[in-house]
Amino acid sequence: MQGYAFDIAHLLAGSLVLVSFMMIYQDRLYALLNTFALQAVLLSLAVAWQAYIQGAHHLYASAAIALVFKGIIVPWALHRIVRRLGIDREVETVTGVVPTMLAGMGLVALSILLMLQLTQSAENAIAREDLAFALSVILLGMLMMVTRRTAVTQVVGFMSLENGLILAAAGAQGMPLVVEISVAFSVLIAMIVIGVFLFRIRERFDSVDLEALDDFRGERQ
Amino acid sequence: MIGFAVTIALCLLALSLAATAMRGLSMASVAIYGSSALLCLALVLVGAGTLLTHADASGMRIPIGLPWLGSHLHLDALSAVFVTLLGVGGAAASAYAIGYGRHEHEPHRVLPFYPGFLGAMVLVLLAGDAFTFLLSWEIMSLLSWALVLTNHRADETRKAGYLYLVMAGLGTMLLLLAFGLLAGSGGGYDFAAIRAAKHSPALAALVLALMMLGAGSKAGLVPLHVWLPVAHPAAPSHVSALMSGVMTKVAVYGFMRVAFDLLGPVHWSMSVPVIVVGALTAVMGILFANVDGDGKRILAFSTIENIGVIFTALGLALAFRSSDMPVLAALALTAGLLHAMNHMLFKSLLFMVAGAVLNATGRRDLDELGGLIHRMPKTAFLALIGVMAITALPPLNGFVSEWLLFQAVLQSPKLPQPGLQFLVPAVGGLLALAAALAAACFVRFFGVIFLGRPRSDVARDAVETDRWSLAAMGGLALLCVLAGILPGFLIDLMAPAVDLAVGARVPVQGGNSWFTLIPVAEVRSSYSGFLVMVFVAISGGAVAWLVHRLASRRLRRAPAWDCGFPNADPVTQYGAGSFAQPIRRVMAPLLGARETVTMPPPGDMSAARHGVQTEDMAWRFCYQPMIAAVFYATTRLNALQFLTIRRYLTLVFGSLILLLTGLTIWN
Repeated sequence: MQGYAFDIAHLLAGSLVLVSFMMIYQDRLYALLNTFALQAVLLSLAVAWQAYIQGAHHLYASAAIALVFKGIIVPWALHRIVRRLGIDREVETVTGVVPTMLAGMGLVALSILLMLQLTQSAENAIAREDLAFALSVILLGMLMMVTRRTAVTQVVGFMSLENGLILAAAGAQGMPLVVEISVAFSVLIAMIVIGVFLFRIRERFDSVDLEALDDFRGERQ
Repeated sequence: MIGFAVTIALCLLALSLAATAMRGLSMASVAIYGSSALLCLALVLVGAGTLLTHADASGMRIPIGLPWLGSHLHLDALSAVFVTLLGVGGAAASAYAIGYGRHEHEPHRVLPFYPGFLGAMVLVLLAGDAFTFLLSWEIMSLLSWALVLTNHRADETRKAGYLYLVMAGLGTMLLLLAFGLLAGSGGGYDFAAIRAAKHSPALAALVLALMMLGAGSKAGLVPLHVWLPVAHPAAPSHVSALMSGVMTKVAVYGFMRVAFDLLGPVHWSMSVPVIVVGALTAVMGILFANVDGDGKRILAFSTIENIGVIFTALGLALAFRSSDMPVLAALALTAGLLHAMNHMLFKSLLFMVAGAVLNATGRRDLDELGGLIHRMPKTAFLALIGVMAITALPPLNGFVSEWLLFQAVLQSPKLPQPGLQFLVPAVGGLLALAAALAAACFVRFFGVIFLGRPRSDVARDAVETDRWSLAAMGGLALLCVLAGILPGFLIDLMAPAVDLAVGARVPVQGGNSWFTLIPVAEVRSSYSGFLVMVFVAISGGAVAWLVHRLASRRLRRAPAWDCGFPNADPVTQYGAGSFAQPIRRVMAPLLGARETVTMPPPGDMSAARHGVQTEDMAWRFCYQPMIAAVFYATTRLNALQFLTIRRYLTLVFGSLILLLTGLTIWN
């Protein structure tokens, strides 16, 4: 049972990282949003599995929150925003996909090296692997925020970063539900705020390309 | 004892608050200074009582401050020596201020800060943990800064205040780092915990270097001295006396507390920078004193010199202690402590003299004074005693401590390290140079201010200063004489502190015949200030009697020889610049001295001009490059203000990755 539980947890966490990589090479906005929804679904599965093997029932609630908010509401809202704003459907990257993928691999290697070293004392192998994967997802989310130009993709990067946090919290056995719910809500609110900003930016500049803001500041050489 | 001392410190702080409430009361100044003086006298009782009774260290804990730490307060022999010093200096300055304060135009710029400044210094001396120490140190710095800014309308004062604030902040930050290193990651900020912990040699070296910079910036070690000659004179004179006489000693205390008490044994090489920096400070300080033309600035530069002498003594004590020669270490440390005490006495006295002259004439520039011995005979007499003490003439107190220090220097061949065997005699040479230059400097100081003819109308019309000021100065002058002819008692008084610091003491001096000073058996030399005084009194009296007996008693006035240039103008007298010229020319590279002569073209009747500029090399070689580097870096980093949002994110991301990578490698 132990090996089986470990394998499934490993599989789910690993597939989260895999989906993070998929998000990096998406070049269509809708595809990106769908991939993000897929990641959220995988996250809720991973959290539910943790709830099952740890026997921690409140984690089921976390899984449900992840599924409802991040798997359904947020992608739907982003879809709507993209449609209403009529944003160019193409994802504009700063660097090419290949260097970004290579950088992402480096980040995963770094986080695994670091986490496995740091948690040597922890006897729970699942938690260790989970933490390593969670850090990878966080770093990949940040990488995505850094390498994309438009605000929508940065929002997606931010949400995916947050997925990593939830994964880490679920694996660490003991994050209280209150904290989790508040994190979920704060992310939702962040999304709303960013969404509002998107509309305002768009109203003013006819674009959600963040470079336009810099033109406005008059600081672009 | 400790309870009493803490009560006094808190009373002084409370007096500051009371002073703010006493706005507008005409007697406020007398009340505040009077109570400060009484509290300081009580401090002398506490300090001297602790030392005389050989009372054990006493401590207490007040539950104020960091929640897990509280405030530890602690009174042992070392603190007691400095508490006594502070008490004497504070009492004299406060008594002086009762008279001097009457001339203040805006007494409420000084009154609220003055007692608090004294109280904060007491708390620094009593602090028993790093937190209390740093907090009271910072309070002391800020209150003295407020006092420096008393005359804030002068542009110079504001600049001095800014410079002081920057240097004080820097010093406190370095002290914070030093105590952080001492406490270690465990956070044992209690001095007892720090003392108990073992410190590695590398850490000890780092802590000592930080203490040198941190405490040294407050004490005025070269090259951190730049604020001192501008800030000390800018304050009112009784505050200048406190800052120069007492606050620099509080800094010395901070250094001693760490170097001799908390740090434990240190490697002998650690003593080398202390000795070298001390000696260089002594020479540079007195060189600048020799060429400066402002009375109070001369005194401030001379403070730098004396601090250098004290640090040299401390360095020697460290060297002897690390080579397991506790008796010689005790000799050097006694010299240092005694010099600290002596310097407090005569430097406070001289600043008060400068204040009396300033009050009487409104001038600080030597070249506008002169002939004051006729107008202010009592002040002049007291100034003469102070000047003789500071130039280390026997039988006054300055000689005793310098003599003891030279006895310690002469023992350097006993040190096992060849490096020190060569270094210490060389440093002895530098100290001798500093002593000679000090004599030159104070001949000039006294001669130009008090002798000759008045160089300005205000100097001609000066009147003697008030009785309170004279009494305070007289008390200090008396102590200078007493400490000079009976140094044995002072040394015995300080012996417990020396014992605490180096684990040995010099032999008891109290019972020696003729009050002779016999430092340690190894030295095989002795000095009796009492006998010297008796000899000076007898021979001087006999000469005076003979001269008056054999010659006529009549006062004769005759025209002075005018070198064939019959111009009676007082400015043709030998002035401050004239005294300084030989030394300034010889030492020109060290002083950055440049002379310019502007001659009018032939046929033009206008006057030729001779100008002199001196420059502190510390600015050119230390501060200007630093300022330039900061400007360069900030100009470069300015670009960071104008990045795109994505670049900011990249910056954050990059630093996170960097830190994570560092963590990976670290593990």
